[in-house]
Amino acid sequence: MKRNSFWVASFTAAVIIAIVLLVAGSPNVTANDQAATANAEVKIDNFVFGPQTITVPVGATVTWTNNDDIPHTSVSTEGVFKSKVLDTDEKFSYKFTKAGTYSYYCTIHPKMTGKVVVQ
Amino acid sequence: MPEQKQNFIDQNLQDLNNDGVDRRGFLKCMAWAGTGLVWTVAGGVPASRAFTKSYGKDASKGADFTFVQISDSHIGFNKPANPDVTATLQVAIDKINAMPHKPDFIIHTGDLSQLSKPSEFDTLDQLLTGASAKQIYFVPGEHDMLSDNGEQYLQRYGKGTKGTGWYSFDQKGVHFVGLVNVANLKAGGMGSLGHEQLEWLEDDLKGRSASTPIVLFAHIPLWTIYPDWGWGTDDSEQALSYVKRFGSVTVLNGHIHQIMQKVEGKVSFHTAMSTAFPQPAPGTAPSAGPMKVPADQLRKVLGITDVNYLVSGRSLAVVDSSLADSDPSASGSANGSGGR
Repeated sequence: MKRNSFWVASFTAAVIIAIVLLVAGSPNVTANDQAATANAEVKIDNFVFGPQTITVPVGATVTWTNNDDIPHTSVSTEGVFKSKVLDTDEKFSYKFTKAGTYSYYCTIHPKMTGKVVVQ
Repeated sequence: MPEQKQNFIDQNLQDLNNDGVDRRGFLKCMAWAGTGLVWTVAGGVPASRAFTKSYGKDASKGADFTFVQISDSHIGFNKPANPDVTATLQVAIDKINAMPHKPDFIIHTGDLSQLSKPSEFDTLDQLLTGASAKQIYFVPGEHDMLSDNGEQYLQRYGKGTKGTGWYSFDQKGVHFVGLVNVANLKAGGMGSLGHEQLEWLEDDLKGRSASTPIVLFAHIPLWTIYPDWGWGTDDSEQALSYVKRFGSVTVLNGHIHQIMQKVEGKVSFHTAMSTAFPQPAPGTAPSAGPMKVPADQLRKVLGITDVNYLVSGRSLAVVDSSLADSDPSASGSANGSGGR
């Protein structure tokens, strides 16, 4: 009896420790599950994509919003996605269904470059 | 800001060959003169001239032909930097029409429209019918390429041009070449001419006498002004190698919405003001976007460029004036720009 209790207690302790470590290690476990279908935002302003590199999970949708007073575009260098010309306040969204790194740029002002990392 | 500008100018000057002309002093003065700039190129050697009230009028008097460069009208733009770009373009046209000598033609160095919309091109065309000069030559800016890779632009202004809209023509012995460096732009790059156009250019210039004055015009500057903001053309070096042998080469550009000039050997580079809105000097703002100035200052930072050509001296006199100047020579006196 005593031996059984010991093992039960140890096992329970181990499970508790494991859970604590798991939660401590990935505090956003719940948030990540929600992020799989969430939107990520890229703001365009002052001839810059912000953030320049954005990391999203597979299945996420990235929305570009042009807050600049000049039109811009968001076009993948590999032909994966291509926005129309975005005037001030206009948006473009693309859903990333495959993991990978997607480089893009503004075709009007090609010095403006960005990256979407999907993992 | 003045120090930054000065250092930037010094940087450019270091690239120049020293041929005895005190270019450092000459160009510093030119750069500070703002809108009232004048220099002539005679046989490939630049010479400054005092910009007095009478010179402004004399510049066109006796010239074999004159033309005006306007640029960056951005019809369709309506943000705070200038809520009414058609009004300022009209001021520019009125100014052209008020010139003592009617220009033989106008060259528009691109960004005719803001978004390549048919209505924007229509408005521009309508306004330009009121200009005294009926012959207008265009090259597209990146804003004119926004619909179907420039299809709209080509349909309207591309008659007789090749590829994305390049072409050449002659006027009284001067050879003009309109180049397109705003198509097929590569990620991370600046302006681009492309292989096909460069081949055409080499062929177009072949066999022409070296004493033929050449004028190249394109939207984005054909010299590197500020790479961070894309103010340059990645493959312009090759284009410029084709004009190296000519005695007088003038390069007219737009895109940066401010006057910048550089002389390198026999090649003189000039960028024009916009008729729509100004942009900041390199590195003086977070980005190259439209720069807001107090409403009463706007016309001082917008302008046109008058170019007068004298066959006898094979010289081109390039005179910038702002929309605030009622008289092309007035700005010179106001800024005290004696060219020195």
